[in-house]
Amino acid sequence: MSESKKHNTEEVRLMKGNEAIAHAAIRCGCDGYFGYPITPQSEIMETMMELEPWNTTGMVVLQAESETSSINMVYGAAGCGKKSMTSSSSPGVSLMQEGISYIAAGELPCLIVNVMRGGPGLGTIQPSQADYFQAVKGGGHGDYKLITLAPASVQEMADHTVLAFELAFKYRTPAMILADGIIGQMMEKVVLPPFQPRMTEAEIAEKCPWATLGKPAWRKPNIITTLSLDAHEMEETNIRLQAKYREIENNEVLYEEFLCDDAEYLVIGFGTCARVSQKAVEMCRAEGIKVGLLRPITLFPFPTVAISKHADKVKSMLTVEMSAGQMVEDVRLAVNGRVPVEFYGRMGGVVPSPDEVYEVLKSKLVNK
Amino acid sequence: MKEEIIIAGFGGQGVLSMGKILAYSGLMQGQEVSWMPSYGPEQRGGTANVTVILSDERISSPVLNSYDTAIILNQPSLEKFESQVKPGGTLIFDGNGFHKFPTRKDINVYRIDATEYSYANNTSKTMNMIILGGLLKVRPIVQIVNVLKGLKKSLPDRHHHLLGVNEKALHIGMDLIKKME
Repeated sequence: MSESKKHNTEEVRLMKGNEAIAHAAIRCGCDGYFGYPITPQSEIMETMMELEPWNTTGMVVLQAESETSSINMVYGAAGCGKKSMTSSSSPGVSLMQEGISYIAAGELPCLIVNVMRGGPGLGTIQPSQADYFQAVKGGGHGDYKLITLAPASVQEMADHTVLAFELAFKYRTPAMILADGIIGQMMEKVVLPPFQPRMTEAEIAEKCPWATLGKPAWRKPNIITTLSLDAHEMEETNIRLQAKYREIENNEVLYEEFLCDDAEYLVIGFGTCARVSQKAVEMCRAEGIKVGLLRPITLFPFPTVAISKHADKVKSMLTVEMSAGQMVEDVRLAVNGRVPVEFYGRMGGVVPSPDEVYEVLKSKLVNK
Repeated sequence: MKEEIIIAGFGGQGVLSMGKILAYSGLMQGQEVSWMPSYGPEQRGGTANVTVILSDERISSPVLNSYDTAIILNQPSLEKFESQVKPGGTLIFDGNGFHKFPTRKDINVYRIDATEYSYANNTSKTMNMIILGGLLKVRPIVQIVNVLKGLKKSLPDRHHHLLGVNEKALHIGMDLIKKME
C-alpha cells in the first residue's frame, strides 16, 4: 500500500485504532451504528457519539440494551439496504452469533467489528486472537462464512472499514473486522478515507433490488427470511451460499509478504502478532538468518495458495498467535505435510514479545 | 533515528498524556510514531504505563521488552522496568516516595524531583511536562518547538492559553534534572 504517497496529500492524524474505525465509518457513508459498550473497543461508539454524525451525514448512532439487540438492529437495517454496523469484543460477539448466522442466511451486507480480548468466558480485557475459529469457521449455526479482515495497524482499521462495506455489498454477505485489543487501543498515524455521501433511497433501490424498501406496484414483494420448511429449497440456498464463498475465495484474498523472496524459514501471523513477528524477523536477518514473514490480511478467504507455494521453497514454518493455536490449523491444511509447521502462542490476554518470538524462531526452526 | 521509550507510574500522574505529547511531537517532525498504553485495570488506579516509539522508518512491533529510555515515576515501575533498559540506555526517575533506588551501572541514570518541586510551587498540573523537559535535556529526541506544536494539536482550543505555562514547565525540568553517579 502506498501509504507514504497518501500522507503527502491528505492530513496525517494521530489516533487510536478504535477511533479510526468510527471516523472511517462516518466518512464512508455508514447509515447506522448499533452497539453496546465493552472494553477494549468502547471508543468506537464513544467517538461516534462525540462526532455527532446525525447532525452532518444523518447517520444513526444508537446504544442498544444488549449485544443481542444491536445485532438484530443491524439485521433490520441491512434488510433495508442500509450500510449498518456494530462492534463489540469477544464475549459480546459471542452473544451476537445467532444474529450473524441469520444475516448470512438472509444474504445481507453489514459490518461487525470484533476487537478481541482474552477468553474464554468473561476472560480479561487484554488483547487476544482466540476468536479466530469463531470468526472464520462460522461461530453461529449452519454452513456460512464471514468475510474476515485482520488489520495490523491504525491505518488498516480505517481502510478495512471502507473495504469491509464494499465487499459486504458486493457479495451481499456480512463482513467482520477481526482486530485485537492492541490494534484498537494503540495510537498511530492515519490518513482517513475521503467523505462519500450516504446512499439515497433511490440509489439503494437501484443498487440493492432485494432491499425491503416498500413494494412498488410493478414488482413482487421482496421477502427476507431465513426459514424454509422445504429441505430441498434450503439446500438450494446453501448451494447458492457456497458458490458465493468459492467466488470470494477466488477473488478477494489479501496478504502481505515481508522479506519472503529468499526466505529459508517462514513466519505467519496476523494483526499484532504479525507486527511482533516482524521485529523478530528483523533480529534474525541482522544475524544473516533468512527468515520471512507472511501476514494474512483476509482470514476468510485465507491465503492458502500463497502459503502452499512457500511450502515448496522453505525448510519450515512457524505460526505465531495470541491463542492456543487456531490459524495454525489452516496453515497446516495449506502446507499439507510438506514441511514442518511449528506453533507459538500466548493466551488469556498475554502478548508475545519480539524477543520471545526470536528465541522460538531459533530454537524451533533454525537450530532444529 | 529510532527511540523506544517506556513511561511508567501511578494512574493520574500524567503518564499516558506525557506519552501522547511525545507522540504528537514526533508526528510534528515527520516521524513514524506509535503509542501503546497499558489499558487494563491500571487506568482505574494502580500502575499505568505507555510505550512510545519514534522512528524515521516504519515501526514493526508496538510492543517491546527492552527500551532505550525508561521514565519511572513510582517504586513498582522501577522494579518492573529497570532491568528492561538496554545497556547504555537511559533511566530517568522521580524520587518521590522511593525507598529503593536504581542500581544498574551500565545505563545512564538521572533523577528529577518534579513531584517535590510541583508541591512546593503549586504546579502539579504540569508535573509531567517538567519531567518531559528533563527527558529532552538529556535525550533531545524531539525539538521544543515541535513539542509545543504537538501540544497545540493535542489540546482542545479552550486549553490553548495554557501553552505558555507548559513551555515554562519544560524549561524548569531542564534545570531540575541531574545525573546520578
